[in-house]
Amino acid sequence: MKAIGIILAGGNNKLMKELTDKRAIAAMPIAGSYRCIDFALSNMSNSRIQKVAVITQYNARSLNEHLSSSKWWDFGRKQGGLFVFTPTITAESSYWYRGTADSLYQNIDFLKSSHEPYVVIASGDGVYKLDYNRVLEYHIEKKADITMVVKKMDDRTEINRYGLVAMTEEGRITEIDEKPLETNLSTISTGIYVIRRRLLIELLEKAAEEDRHDFVRDILMRYKNIKKIYGYKLETYWSNISTVNSYFKTNMDFLKRDVRNYFFKEYPDIYTKVDDMPPAKYNYGSNIKNSLISSGCIINGTVENSVLFKKIYIGNNSVIKNCIILSDSYIGDNSYIENCIIESGSTIKANSRYENEGRIRIVADRSPIYY
Amino acid sequence: MIKKEMIAMLLAGGQGSRLGVLTSKVAKPAVAFGGKYRIIDFPLSNCINSGIDTVGVLTQYQPLRLNTHIGIGIPWDLDRNVGGVTVLPPYEKSTSSEWYTGTANAIYQNLEYMDQYNPDYVLILSGDHIYKMDYKIMLDYHKANNADITIAAMPVPIEEASRFGIVVTDDDNRITEFEEKPAQPKSNLASMGIYIFSWKVLKEALIALKDQNECDFGKHVIPYCFENNKRLFAYEYNGYWKDVGTLSSYWEANMELIDIIPVFNLYEEFWRIYTKNDAIPPQYISSDAYIEKSIIGDGSEIYGKVVNSVIGSGVVIDEGAEVYDSIIMQDTHIGKGTKVYKAVIAEDVQVGDNVELGVGEEAENVLKPNIYNSGLVTIGECSIVPDGVKVGKNTAISGQTSLSDYQDGQLASGGAIIKAGDNV
Repeated sequence: MKAIGIILAGGNNKLMKELTDKRAIAAMPIAGSYRCIDFALSNMSNSRIQKVAVITQYNARSLNEHLSSSKWWDFGRKQGGLFVFTPTITAESSYWYRGTADSLYQNIDFLKSSHEPYVVIASGDGVYKLDYNRVLEYHIEKKADITMVVKKMDDRTEINRYGLVAMTEEGRITEIDEKPLETNLSTISTGIYVIRRRLLIELLEKAAEEDRHDFVRDILMRYKNIKKIYGYKLETYWSNISTVNSYFKTNMDFLKRDVRNYFFKEYPDIYTKVDDMPPAKYNYGSNIKNSLISSGCIINGTVENSVLFKKIYIGNNSVIKNCIILSDSYIGDNSYIENCIIESGSTIKANSRYENEGRIRIVADRSPIYY
Repeated sequence: MIKKEMIAMLLAGGQGSRLGVLTSKVAKPAVAFGGKYRIIDFPLSNCINSGIDTVGVLTQYQPLRLNTHIGIGIPWDLDRNVGGVTVLPPYEKSTSSEWYTGTANAIYQNLEYMDQYNPDYVLILSGDHIYKMDYKIMLDYHKANNADITIAAMPVPIEEASRFGIVVTDDDNRITEFEEKPAQPKSNLASMGIYIFSWKVLKEALIALKDQNECDFGKHVIPYCFENNKRLFAYEYNGYWKDVGTLSSYWEANMELIDIIPVFNLYEEFWRIYTKNDAIPPQYISSDAYIEKSIIGDGSEIYGKVVNSVIGSGVVIDEGAEVYDSIIMQDTHIGKGTKVYKAVIAEDVQVGDNVELGVGEEAENVLKPNIYNSGLVTIGECSIVPDGVKVGKNTAISGQTSLSDYQDGQLASGGAIIKAGDNV
C-alpha cells in the first residue's frame, strides 16, 4: 500500500453522557465482541496499510489497554507497525492537543519520517467496512488534492451533528458546513480523508503558524476553493457513535440479519483483541429471543431484543428487554430491566427493576452481590 | 548455557481410531471439544498455567489441523524467545529413518531436542485427556520424594481397573508393583499417562531400550526402570480427569460441561483454558429459537431448538430444526426442519433439510460395533447429508453422501456410509 494510516481517537463528547466517563469513544464496545476502533483498525489492516498511528487524548488508558498488543489486527511487522500517540510535553510544545489539526501537527515527525506518498486519515468512532484502496484509486483518478469519504443520510433527525457537504455532479466539494444549526444539505462527511503526505505536512505547518488547530474548520473549509477537494460516496453501512441514541441504535442494528452477515460473514473480517472466554452457557429456564450473546455469558433468565457483551450473568426469572449490557456484569435473580444500557462491571442485585419509557437509561450499579 | 528446570513432551501423534470417523482426517488431540476448544488445549494450558514454557509436541498421524492450531503457540503464550512450543514430527536420518513406533520411541528420537534445554526434569503428557492439573505441585512432590520417576495416578472403580495400567504402592506411595491392564487388579490406582522423569534416568533408559520394538512408556520404560531399582512414586490426583479416547467417553465429557455447576468448570477465573479463536463475533439467537441447558460457541446462529447440547463456533441451526443431546462442531449447518437426536457431528458438515438423525430402534453396528455404540450417530468432517433422509442409531457417515446412498431414503440403525477418510 502506498499510504500510512492515522486514526483520530482522542475526542470526547458530552452527548455520550456517563458512557464516556471511563473510556474514550473509540473504545466504546460494539456488537458484543468489538470496540469501535476495531473497525477502523481492521479496515486499515485489510487495506494492507502497514503503518498506522492512533492519536489518543481523552481517557487514553481505556484505548491503550485495548491496543496493548498490535497482533490482533496483524500489525507489529518488521515493516511499519502500530503507533499510539498520546500528547507529551516536548521541547517545542507543552500543550494538549488543541484540535484535530494540532494533534497531527504535534506528531508531524511521524509524517515526515514516513516515505509512503499518501495518508489515510480516519476517525475512531465509525462502524463500517471500507477498502481504503478504492478511495485512493478515486483520489488519483480525480487528480484530487484531498478526498473525503461522504455519505448521503436519509435520516435527518441528527443531521446537524455532522459536517455537511455539497458537491458537483463529478464529485468536487463546493460547500462544507460543520455542525450547522439549520441546513438543506443531506450529504455528510464521515471523517475519512485521503491526502498526499507532503501536502498534509505543508497544510499543517501553515495552520500551526497561524495558530489554527482544527482540521475541518481551519484546513478543509478554508482551502475548499483553492485546493481540489473531492467526495467519495460511501454506499455501504456506516454509522457513527457520538450520542447515546446513535450508540444504542448502532448496536441494535446488529440484530438485523443483513448487517450481521455484512460484518460477521463477508470477507474481510473485523478483528479485535481476543480474550479467552468459554462459550456461552444456557441453563434451564433460559429464554432468548432475537438477541446477540457473547462468550463467557451464563444465562438463566429471559433475554429479548438485546445485545449482551462478554461474561454476563443473568439470574433466574430475570427479564432483560431491549437492553445493551456491557461486559463483566451480573444481573441478580427476579430482576426486570428494559430500555437500558448497563455499564460494564455492573452488579445488579436480585429483585431490581430498571425501566424507562421511550428514552434510553444508563445504569451503572455496583451493588455487592448476594448469592 | 540455556537451562530449563522442566520441559514437557506432549504425545499427540496417535490416530485415535476409537473415535471412528471423527479422526478420519485429524489427529485425536485436534478434535474439537466443549464448543470452542480442541482436546490439546487442555494439556497446553496446564503447561503454561504451571509455569512450563517449553513444550515439544510430537505429531505423526494427520498433523495438518494440529499444526495450524498450534502455530507458534501464541494463544497459550508459548511464543517465546527461548523455548516455547515446538512441533516435532518424525524426520529422515542419514542411517535409519523411521516413523515413531511407540510413545517412548518418539521421545527417544527427540533426545537432541530435550538436550538443548539442559533440563533437570522432563514431563511426559498425552494429548487426549481433559483435566486441569498443576504440574508444579507434582514436581514438588517428585523432588520431596527424591524420586526418579513420578507417575500421576487416580483411583478408579475396581471393576474398571483392568482397563488401565495399575500401580501398587507402599505406605510412602512408592510403587512396589506395576501391572498393565491386569485381569485381577491388586489396586485401583490407575496411571493417567502423566510422568515426571528425572532427565538422567529418562535418557539412560531410552538409550538402553533404543532397539526395543514399538518402545512404549507403560510396557517398556517404566518396567525397565522398575527392574533397575529406580525410585518410582505415585502422585495421587483426585480432581476431574477424563480420557476422551472413545466416542461414548467423548460424548459424556462434553455433556458434563452443560450441568448447572459442572464438576469440570470452564467458567472459573483461575486456571483458564486457552485456545486459538477462529471466530470472534457474538452468537445470534432468533425470535423463534429455543435453547435449554446447552453451551454455544462464538458466531453461531440459532433459529431452531437446542436442548442438552454442545454447539461449536460458526454453527447454523436453521428454522424449525431441533437438536437434542448432541455435539455439533464448528461451521456445521443443520438444515430447516431437521431433527437431531444424540449425534456427534464433526466440523464443516452440511446436514440437509428435514433430515432425521438418530431415530428408530438400536442395532449393533455392522462395521465396528466396539466403536460405534451407545446409540450415537457419528458424522465425519466435511460430510454432506442430503435432504429428507432418516438415519438410525449406532451409525456412521463420512464423506459427501447423496440420496442414492440411502436405501429407501434411510440408513438403518447399525449402518455406515463411508465415502471419505482413511480411518473408518
